[in-house]
Amino acid sequence: MKLLTHNLLTSHVRGLRPGGGYPLGIQATEVKLSPVDFNAQFVARMVPKVQWAALLQAAQSLGHGSDLPPEPAPGYESDEDFLRRLHHVLLEVEVVEGILRCPDSGHEFPITKGIPNMLLAEEET
Amino acid sequence: MQGEMPHVRQRAVRPGGSPIEKTNMKKLKLKELESRLQQVDVFENPKLLLEQYPTRPHIAACMLYTIHNTFDDIENKVVADLGCGCGVLSIGSATLGAGLCVGFDVDTHALEIFSRNAEEFELTNIDVIQCNVCSLPDRMSKTFDTVIMNPPFGTKHNKGMDMVFLKVALQMARTAVYSLHKTSTRQHIQKKADEWKVKMEVLAELRYDLPASYKFHKKKSVDIEVDFVRFSFEKF
Repeated sequence: MKLLTHNLLTSHVRGLRPGGGYPLGIQATEVKLSPVDFNAQFVARMVPKVQWAALLQAAQSLGHGSDLPPEPAPGYESDEDFLRRLHHVLLEVEVVEGILRCPDSGHEFPITKGIPNMLLAEEET
Repeated sequence: MQGEMPHVRQRAVRPGGSPIEKTNMKKLKLKELESRLQQVDVFENPKLLLEQYPTRPHIAACMLYTIHNTFDDIENKVVADLGCGCGVLSIGSATLGAGLCVGFDVDTHALEIFSRNAEEFELTNIDVIQCNVCSLPDRMSKTFDTVIMNPPFGTKHNKGMDMVFLKVALQMARTAVYSLHKTSTRQHIQKKADEWKVKMEVLAELRYDLPASYKFHKKKSVDIEVDFVRFSFEKF
């Protein structure tokens, strides 16, 4: 699971208040770094689309928090150093094994072989 | 695909993942994309009740080629593949230069095959989530540029499933949803699209065979007419 993907996920445990399922906390037991071709245009496009605070929190929980500023600085589109570090955090850091925790309910969703399992018991086929 | 026959994987040599190769991939000819997609491993024991069957390489290639070349909705975009199964559409999207393509499926076994395919194709711009697409509404609003899917048609005790997938897809997509739907449901879907204030364009009409329910049908597959549709949010 990449951190860009994580940034899009919320918990859907029943009875949560609006927004109560985001962001999911990450507890990783295995993380891997996978090289991905750097695409400055794509990364720059993602800046306004990601939830920055959630991304920072996720990166920090995996020991990559210092790679990112507290907020994207104006002019980030042409700051290659910033874009490369963001690229690394969004696409190259992958959680292989671990747990995603719903912030309000505490419900845990396992991540196995890189795949988060968001199924609740009643949804299993 | 003719249902229950186990897939025989062709051992052709696949192009490697060097940067030069990858750039050229985006300018792939349709035939090249199709033959690449023929290398995708498919379901070993498809579950009929989930309407599992792989999107044929030819159809997937035509769909993706149109989405990429006519509409530019894949390259550098965040793409979702709902009901991804073994990942034919995701593999194709990632190959055509999606910034990231994320597959969604409920079935553990399908996801194993998906992961294996992503690894064998050496694709790094791909990710996958196990979930029930029906339970995604509202929670992932406008999180993807493009949604691409070959949804269940609701023929196996799951009536209305195609519309559930469509509704979720429209919530998730910022720009467009590309989907396959039975031609026989076209008017019904058009009505819904109007209700939801969404633009609907039938891009092509296709025919293909779906695995039938072997208990009750003499034929191994059923031939149906299918629309390849683009839904978008442009103002009328």
